Amino acid sequence: MKIKVLSRNPDDYQRETKLDIHKVYRNYNPALHPFEAPREYVRALNATKLERVFAKPFLASLNGHTDSVCCMCKHKQRLNTIFSGSCDGEIRQWTLTNQRCIRALPAHTGFVRGITCAPDGTTFISVGDDNTIKHWTTDALSEQSHNPLNTIVTKTLYTGIDHHWKEPIYATCGQTVDIWNDERSEPVKVYKWGTDSVNSISFNPVETNMCVSTVADRSIVLYDLRSSIPVNKVILKLRSNVVAWNPMEAFMFTAANEDHNLYTFDIRRLDFASNVHTDHADAVLDVDYAPTGKEFVSGSYDKSIRIFPVNGSRSREVYHTKRMQRVFTVKWSLDNRYILSGSDEMNIRLWKARAAEKLGRLAPREQAAADYNNKLKKKFAYHPQIKRISRHRHVPKTIYSILKEKRTIKDSMRRKEQNLRAHSKPGTVPHIPERAKHIVTTAIKDDDIDEEDSLV
Amino acid sequence: MAGRYYEKRKLSSEIKKNEDEDGLSVSEVAQPEDPFKGSAPIPEERKSLYKRGKEFPVDGIKNKKLKGFLRNTKKRDKAAVNQAARYELLLTEEPGYIETEEGEATWEIKQREIADAADITSASKYFELRLDQFGPYSVDYTRNGRHLLIGGRRGHVAAFDWMAKKPMCEMNVMEAVNDVKWLHTENMFAVAQHRWTYIYDNQGIELHCLKRLDQTLKLDFLPYHFLLLAANARGFLQYLDISQGQIVSTINTKCGRLEVLCQNPANAVVLLGHYNGTVTMWSPNQKKPLVKMLSHKTALRSIAVDQTGNYLATSAQDRKLKIFDVRTFKSLHTWSVPAGASHLKFSQRGFLGASFQNVVEIYNNPCIQPPTNPYLTHKLKFPASDLDFCPYEDVLGVGCADGFVSLLVPGAGEPNYDSFESNPYRSKKQRKEWEVRALLEKIQPDMISLDPFQIARVDMATAEQLQKDKEERLGFKQESPKFEPRFKNKGRSKSGNVEKRKRKVRNEELRKKIRSEAEKNNANEAAESQMEANVITKPLEPKSALNRFKKKTK
Repeated sequence: MKIKVLSRNPDDYQRETKLDIHKVYRNYNPALHPFEAPREYVRALNATKLERVFAKPFLASLNGHTDSVCCMCKHKQRLNTIFSGSCDGEIRQWTLTNQRCIRALPAHTGFVRGITCAPDGTTFISVGDDNTIKHWTTDALSEQSHNPLNTIVTKTLYTGIDHHWKEPIYATCGQTVDIWNDERSEPVKVYKWGTDSVNSISFNPVETNMCVSTVADRSIVLYDLRSSIPVNKVILKLRSNVVAWNPMEAFMFTAANEDHNLYTFDIRRLDFASNVHTDHADAVLDVDYAPTGKEFVSGSYDKSIRIFPVNGSRSREVYHTKRMQRVFTVKWSLDNRYILSGSDEMNIRLWKARAAEKLGRLAPREQAAADYNNKLKKKFAYHPQIKRISRHRHVPKTIYSILKEKRTIKDSMRRKEQNLRAHSKPGTVPHIPERAKHIVTTAIKDDDIDEEDSLV
Repeated sequence: MAGRYYEKRKLSSEIKKNEDEDGLSVSEVAQPEDPFKGSAPIPEERKSLYKRGKEFPVDGIKNKKLKGFLRNTKKRDKAAVNQAARYELLLTEEPGYIETEEGEATWEIKQREIADAADITSASKYFELRLDQFGPYSVDYTRNGRHLLIGGRRGHVAAFDWMAKKPMCEMNVMEAVNDVKWLHTENMFAVAQHRWTYIYDNQGIELHCLKRLDQTLKLDFLPYHFLLLAANARGFLQYLDISQGQIVSTINTKCGRLEVLCQNPANAVVLLGHYNGTVTMWSPNQKKPLVKMLSHKTALRSIAVDQTGNYLATSAQDRKLKIFDVRTFKSLHTWSVPAGASHLKFSQRGFLGASFQNVVEIYNNPCIQPPTNPYLTHKLKFPASDLDFCPYEDVLGVGCADGFVSLLVPGAGEPNYDSFESNPYRSKKQRKEWEVRALLEKIQPDMISLDPFQIARVDMATAEQLQKDKEERLGFKQESPKFEPRFKNKGRSKSGNVEKRKRKVRNEELRKKIRSEAEKNNANEAAESQMEANVITKPLEPKSALNRFKKKTK
């Protein structure tokens, strides 16, 4: 007869000295872990609440400008350098590691309309109200740092500039879209469609030959550098201010519009917006994508910044401060961690992209706990209590009342449309999807049609 | 530079013959074939232990993104199940056993023999405390099996570390003690005394006197909800949250004296046994029982639910022991016993301990097949007054009229514990950390229901269903939205006037509904009467005896 009684050696289960770590034994048998689902739910609830407790996104404010900051540009090779231009013609170069200004250049007389950085990171180009295009060096310590490398005086006023992501080509926009070469002092190509002025221009980071511009006649025009005429045009109900390309999807761009919305388009299908992003209370002035291509940040005239997911229509985060006035320009840093906003009150603010994230290098256990909590929040995101807590944001009273009014207007218009449909012959009042509602028309440029006979 | 943000992976066609998948060159000499290709197979019964729920069919979904997402999650779930099943290799301890030769029977083995055959530490786990002055003893072990609490009917209460034989406190509360129970750690315990229930420190200091839990006969503790249960002599069931010190719910069960109590450890539902043979299940959220089950035709003596929450063992005055499936409420096995078992308890590995007067019998896995013979038996001098299996040890503690005896039951305890759940070898600091974490993860009592996984499921009670219920209740469809009267100036919007206006609209709607329904009914009636008019009725013929010879027309 063999008998074995369970007996454990305590030395196997207890640590030898105080300096050792405790011994941990695991057994994944579900009988030893009852109440899996309720415990996970409680942990998710705690994680959501803690996220709200630790949500402190504001990091620093960069002071120095003496007029509102109207444009910003990221250095394409370094993560810590930013160039900003203000309405009194000053361009400042900032280092974000020390949060200081390392160079202040009296660049233009009048507004600085646009700044852009060359892809190799050696020069940046600025365009201003004094009809000049100036090339500068990015190195703040060189002898030439205080004077432009090159100045081009132009006949017309330019309102925007952007550099090609690979070649030494840049484009400016004003009355027409001009394509320049770095060495030339005359534009190489000129694109024109219609008679209205072009507000902004943006090159595609993936399909590098494509660029898109916003025109004052409420349209967004698509260009291909390999052709001599613009490719396509979409006309919305109100004017778009800025367009940003998705750095991960070659054919998606987002336009920041005056009607408080942002529209994401696929260039292959311009008659139907891929997504309509609503949440702002006033005109959206700038938009910039995260390097992951999954989110973007938008700054608006209503003194707030919102972060939207690409495939969703509502914002996941809103940043505002009493001190921050109209936000003219926003940028998402290339390490996906920070957001910069330049606004009317002469400051550039540095924010965290994820408000509750702990900065710096986390210990492996910290990282594991953070990953676990993030996954739990995602798993239980649709539960009413957790959704309510994670969506809750304090928003200034002006924005709150405007959004409330917009909601009532939208509800009443929907109700009226339903009533109209209910009291008309079935089929006479069609359902127009939201994504097509705001688009007036699109137009493809044919070679035969003369440029004078504009289609719209 | 812009462009690709990732390195392009090599296609399988691009991998040269002489290179394997990682781009390392493989020698051209032929490698011997691996006879056991791939990873080791895992037996299905082991995998089934770690599976949760049925597989969701992915084929019927049309949305491509959703389909891809669900496929990915399925793959990950399978990998998780495999990994958990494989982890069993790393478990260090094996459960106890008794292997008998031919002619020997396990139930004839005495405790003395087991103690002699086992090693010295295990032999020390078989001991007897002769305490014949203070009456039959109630027994409770802490959740990690380290500390033992005994309470004699005449007021003797003692707490000690039974493995190291170190006493923690010993006192006489000078009152009758009905039941004793450890709270979440070995720092506090509750004693159900004759009048009220008291909570003591492990040094014997009285911390609280709970006057609302009066005449308590049985105590129980829900560890994940931090709820202390008290079953009353007058039929009240009370839940006390010990982290906040508030009574969560008091239920008047209206079932008389509550002497038979048991908790289902898998879903925190409380089972009570009654004099008419019914078993009722209670949750703190409802005043009525969740389930009422007739298990025997005579008064129940004791009930027990196993660790997994699948099986219920009941024993009554009719000298039968039954095993039920708790989820389907079906009776699985029944067998006769010499008397109604006065106490029943399940161990962690499914052993059932039963006490019949002064004999304690232990059955080996009675839920899977009905036992013909017990696994072990032990004879006491006096009838047993309480039974408790020690978690994570092969020990059964029995309280009787002349003290306490600790019996060895090879194979009863779970050999491998999980340090994050309960650790028998924890230090003071580990215990403090565990306590804080457990309090943070405390489950609210309103989540207690028959199915603990309900919270992770999709809520099928959609708005339409709720709307349907509302319709049934009110008798008409409340389609129109809430009417909010416009604000009028010059005092015309006083609350009384506003209410008048609201009432007018409401009555008008009701009148409209009734009118439309009346019209519908009239239309139906008219249609029916028309139908009746269309039907040609045959005139009745006088009955005669020769009717049966007439040809029947179809």
